[in-house]
Amino acid sequence: MTAASGLAVEKEALATLDWAALLKDAVLAALVATLLALPLVGFQTYDIGGGALGIRTHFDWVATAAAAVFAGRLALHLRQRLRRGGERHGETLFARLGAWGNRRALPITLVGIAFAVALPLLPFSSRYLIDLGTTVLIYVMLGWGLNVVVGLAGLLDLGYVAFYAVGAYTFALLARDLGLTFWQALPFSGLVAASFGVILGLPVLRLRGDYLAIVTLGFGEIIRIVLLNWSPVTGGPNGISDIPRPSFFGLPFARSAPEGATTFHQFFGLEFSPAQRVTYIYFVILALALVTNLFTSRLRTLPIGRAWEALREDEVACRALGINPTNVKLSAFGIGAMLGGFAGCFFATRQGFISPESFTFIESATILAIVVLGGMGSQMGVVLAAILLVTLPEFGRAFAEFRMLIFGAAMVAIMVWRPRGLLAHREPSLRLRARRSAAR
Amino acid sequence: MAYFLQQLINGLTLGSIYGLIAIGYTMVYGIIGMINFAHGEIYMIGAFISIIAFLVLGLIGVSYVPLALALVLLTTMLFTAIYGWTVERVAYRPLRGSFRLAPLISAIGTSIFLQNYVQILQGAREKPMLPLVQGGFTVFESGGFAVRLSYLQLLIMLVTLALMAGFTTFIATTPLGRAQRACEQDIQMAALLGVDVDRVISMTFVMGAALAAVAGLMVTLYYGVVDFFIGFLAGVKAFTAAVLGGIGSLPGAMLGGILIGLIEAFWSGYFSVEYKDVSVFGVLILVLVFRPTGLLGRPELEKV
Repeated sequence: MTAASGLAVEKEALATLDWAALLKDAVLAALVATLLALPLVGFQTYDIGGGALGIRTHFDWVATAAAAVFAGRLALHLRQRLRRGGERHGETLFARLGAWGNRRALPITLVGIAFAVALPLLPFSSRYLIDLGTTVLIYVMLGWGLNVVVGLAGLLDLGYVAFYAVGAYTFALLARDLGLTFWQALPFSGLVAASFGVILGLPVLRLRGDYLAIVTLGFGEIIRIVLLNWSPVTGGPNGISDIPRPSFFGLPFARSAPEGATTFHQFFGLEFSPAQRVTYIYFVILALALVTNLFTSRLRTLPIGRAWEALREDEVACRALGINPTNVKLSAFGIGAMLGGFAGCFFATRQGFISPESFTFIESATILAIVVLGGMGSQMGVVLAAILLVTLPEFGRAFAEFRMLIFGAAMVAIMVWRPRGLLAHREPSLRLRARRSAAR
Repeated sequence: MAYFLQQLINGLTLGSIYGLIAIGYTMVYGIIGMINFAHGEIYMIGAFISIIAFLVLGLIGVSYVPLALALVLLTTMLFTAIYGWTVERVAYRPLRGSFRLAPLISAIGTSIFLQNYVQILQGAREKPMLPLVQGGFTVFESGGFAVRLSYLQLLIMLVTLALMAGFTTFIATTPLGRAQRACEQDIQMAALLGVDVDRVISMTFVMGAALAAVAGLMVTLYYGVVDFFIGFLAGVKAFTAAVLGGIGSLPGAMLGGILIGLIEAFWSGYFSVEYKDVSVFGVLILVLVFRPTGLLGRPELEKV
């Protein structure tokens, strides 16, 4: 459609707006909203003691909901009708942001990394901020790990938290029973998590995508239930505590050194401060996350990475070209699991205490939301989404309470409006040298 | 022997409930080929609506139990069906023809949304429900162990049977049922031949939600407590039931539901209660690995 005819259509649409139909549609929507809200919003149950429930009514809320839906529906339709000629799909703010991010990928990345490195040294930085940054970075790393599985290979993994848990418990058990330190246990955590990934992946990766989702979900729950009930080893619901903190090349962060050892502040002749450890932990996760990023973006340009993306787009064609889908998927699954295991290992050492409660399905859903909201396959989108999702609850109790509600709604909204994610701007990682414009 | 029989009764009751939920999964999968991940939440919403309906009826002063049950059944089915319809309309319909994983991700979002919606509105604590249908009879007694069949268990099984019979007849004889079967076989061809595909899909969600609502009501009566999180596990188990029976097959869903109920009951009765959910997930993985088409399902052809 050319611009001129588009403009004409727009004018025409304005002139011939069918108000009766629009109003009827909005009224119907409001009616449905009323019916939806009536039982669950209109009546609220509450405890009155003695195992009985009382009920109070909130019909005003129902009316508000209906009015909001009425107005929203009307506004949405008006906007759609008026814009129909314009064909502005994909020309949204985020699309432009995504395209801009792609064009300026290198400078943005460098500024981002510089900011992340400088964060603890900045004047406004505080222990709270560094802690928050650490949490964000854990999710960034998990997001990048899951991105390999979901974004690149197109396998929907709803049990990613299982590998995170395996990594965390591997370190906790190695530290408790064999006395290994964080740096000694880190490779094992990744290795064990990867083995779990391969063992799970072998039988189930032949399945169709949505079956795989459910099986991974079941697997995540199995791991959690086992952790919860296998008390002699995992400590059951009480979890494992006193997990050692990471040391700086063998120098522990403590006020007073254990026998025969030098602490970090003694070695460097500094005043002891707990902030040193917090800052150090922040830098550890920053390094881990950056290595993850480097690793995954390098993989993407290797044959295996190309095979992942090709498989995501068309499995049948891949098979015809001689790619073994199961092996390719298995490698994505195993690598994703390994990265999750590393992150879990770090989580354990940072918290100093782990229990099955940290590894529920909601955690998996959060990581998945980060990948999906950010734009599947987009490294920068993951960072943006992780910052958004982690800091949202920090803005206040209201946000904390509604966080998961907003998550859920956002996942639906993004699938409906921008199915490829907020910052998804898909550039082929490989391009034929001469672009044939005639083919368009 | 007596213990075995008791577990059998418990398993059949549980299985009836799973079977009713599983039908919703299997029908939606049969027609549009997606896993309606939010179906478990629809069942949870059914349970909450039923508890609220009971309370409201109590306030109005309806105290005759059969009447109250019938009224609650109808209102729960009606309101839950509207939820099912809305979910399809808002979260799934715009995604038809989108990329493969989009509807599933949208469904997960819906599921998270509905869970938190109920949690925020009704609170996170368990909602108790006073026992409404009490009593039962002893089927037989041996060695000091009495096998009990409560009236409630009997009611659950009978209602499930009646619904299943009615539902099967509906699918087999009515025009809508015929349209549903046509869509299940070939949705494009059905559309070409004048079947209003959108309407058929909407009605499928409405029916699935109504059946899940019945399951929610029965679970409320059976366990006496409801919380906002019950939909997750029940959903996964019912999905397992649908897969076990052969996804897309209605008798399969019922059979699978009953088998899952039995597996769960016997596992908790003879092995360990803690790992009963693991047993169900294990069955799911085993079935998918060794017999992805399920017991009564047809093999799925992959077309380019």
